[in-house]
Amino acid sequence: MIEFKEVSKTFATKDGNLNAVNDVNLTIEDGEIYGIVGYSGAGKSTLVRMLNGLETPTSGEIDINGAKMSTLSGKELREKRQKIGMIFQHFNLLWSRTVLQNVMFPLEVAGLSRSERRKKAAELVKLVGLEGRENAYPSELSGGQKQRVGVARALANDPEILISDEATSALDPQTTDEVLDLLLEINKRLNLSIVLITHEMHAIRKICDHVAVMEDGQVVEQGTVFNVFRNPKQTITKRFVNEEVDPASSDTNVVLDDLIQNYPNGLLIQLVFHGDQAKLPIVSEMIHQFPEIQVSIIEGSIHQTQEGAIGSLYLQLLGDETGLAGAQDLLKKMRVETEVIHHG
Amino acid sequence: MGNSSYFAFDQVDWNMMGSSTWETIWMTLVSMLFVAILGVLLGLLLFETSGSNSLAVRGLNWVIAILVNVFRSIPYIILIILLLPFTKNLVGTIIGPVAALPSLVISAAPFYARMVELAFHEIDRGVIEAAEAMGATKRQIIFKVLLPESMPALVSGATVTTISLIGYTAMAGAIGAGGLGNLAYQEGFQASNNTIVLVATVVIVVIVFAFQFIGDTLVRHIDKRTL
Ligand SMILES: Nc1ncnc2c1ncn2[C@@H]1O[C@H](COP(=O)(O)OP(=O)(O)OP(=O)(O)O)[C@@H](O)[C@H]1O
Ligand SMILES: [Mg+2]
Repeated sequence: MIEFKEVSKTFATKDGNLNAVNDVNLTIEDGEIYGIVGYSGAGKSTLVRMLNGLETPTSGEIDINGAKMSTLSGKELREKRQKIGMIFQHFNLLWSRTVLQNVMFPLEVAGLSRSERRKKAAELVKLVGLEGRENAYPSELSGGQKQRVGVARALANDPEILISDEATSALDPQTTDEVLDLLLEINKRLNLSIVLITHEMHAIRKICDHVAVMEDGQVVEQGTVFNVFRNPKQTITKRFVNEEVDPASSDTNVVLDDLIQNYPNGLLIQLVFHGDQAKLPIVSEMIHQFPEIQVSIIEGSIHQTQEGAIGSLYLQLLGDETGLAGAQDLLKKMRVETEVIHHG
Repeated sequence: MGNSSYFAFDQVDWNMMGSSTWETIWMTLVSMLFVAILGVLLGLLLFETSGSNSLAVRGLNWVIAILVNVFRSIPYIILIILLLPFTKNLVGTIIGPVAALPSLVISAAPFYARMVELAFHEIDRGVIEAAEAMGATKRQIIFKVLLPESMPALVSGATVTTISLIGYTAMAGAIGAGGLGNLAYQEGFQASNNTIVLVATVVIVVIVFAFQFIGDTLVRHIDKRTL
């Protein structure tokens, strides 16, 4: 278990003090994937760099499985660091070493014998799916393959935690998904806690259990990914969630504006489905009960999170007032979250 | 004395030419050995002490940087003269290849130290930080990250330094250190034997080319950044 207790970090810069991290409290349970999302400069990197002592907190306390990080230094700190794997946006591989030699680096640091190193590194290369490329140099690999080497290297000393600082930000969407799948697989297989920093809500939704949203050094919202996606409270969270749930939202808005112009009397609503609701025939039930209402579907999407599906559907309903009110009642009865966008 | 004076090859004492060539190569290689060791140590010290928060460390960096810059700016021919008493104390003589070593090393080591420092600064900070995050000690970072990652730059810097050392040995030769510079000056210039000057020149050019070739080949072999 990782605990941040009232952690703050202030940098002294030429323009005065800068509060990069401000009074953060977080608990990360064993074996979960914890996402930290926020825009550039929010303090995400600074926060996780305090986990392995690359930065020291100005105040507050960080506990990792009972060990207070602030009390560690010298040899103890280095030994603890061996148990905290980290992967980076720019991979940070040694270009003078082959894939296998890169993976052996942390094992050399830990002082394993030559034969143990070879054996362990070969297993890890296999685990991340790079068998056959052991003797390639990083310059011969694609971005996704380089990050696989990064993952193998981070896992070399059987870490208690894996930190991923924007590890997919330099990759294309498909390769991002491959690396995320790999992280999820490792998390499941080794029951390894992962702290995943990102500015893409997609990565959070795809593999994280919990998420914390950071803004200006503070955690402004946290909870299970499912709950935060379903019911984002802060403006910044809503922005992140909308980017992800509804990437075409600007297109949708254009269409919605058009519809409002052309059918000023119509009802425009957004439905949000959770979990098994997404699989129920809610719309057809509504059409069935209120045949006099005209229904057009404007946009719909569905996304899978670790806890279940979240669907979103934009509908236009045309008809008389009693019909429209009845339809809305029905939706309420079926516990579908409904947001009225326009009611003429 | 016409241009044919350049081609009187029967006037050349080839034994002497051979031993002078060997002296030049010997002076270059032995001094380069010391320059490499001293340069890497100084460069590492400059690199490790730069950008520190501690006042003492910054002071140390400042002192080394000043020393390096001072010795780098002294013209070699003046440095030899300046170091004559020091050389005499150290090696017991001011004549011959061994006597050239102190001034050669002292003039080239700061030059190489700067290149070493630069090479270390060119390593991505993230890579060094990754090693730190894995729990590497300072020593491990030096031997497993800094040196191997900057090796191509260190070797090409060493090549450039070696070639300028060849030039310095010729100057040292003119004031009695031996080698091809000495031969060209005494047997060539003072005895008006143009052929000796020409042959000595050609041999020096060949030596320079050879070192350049070896250096380039080595760099190509160890540089894995672009394949
Ligand atoms: N060593 C440092 N010295 C001074 N200021 C720093 C230092 N490191 C970070 N900062 C500042 O702290 C703030 C938070 O930086 P941080 O790198 O943690 O942000 P981030 O959320 O990781 O951003 P990004 O998504 O761009 O990586 C920024 O304003 C940054 O300029
Ligand atoms: Mg960052």
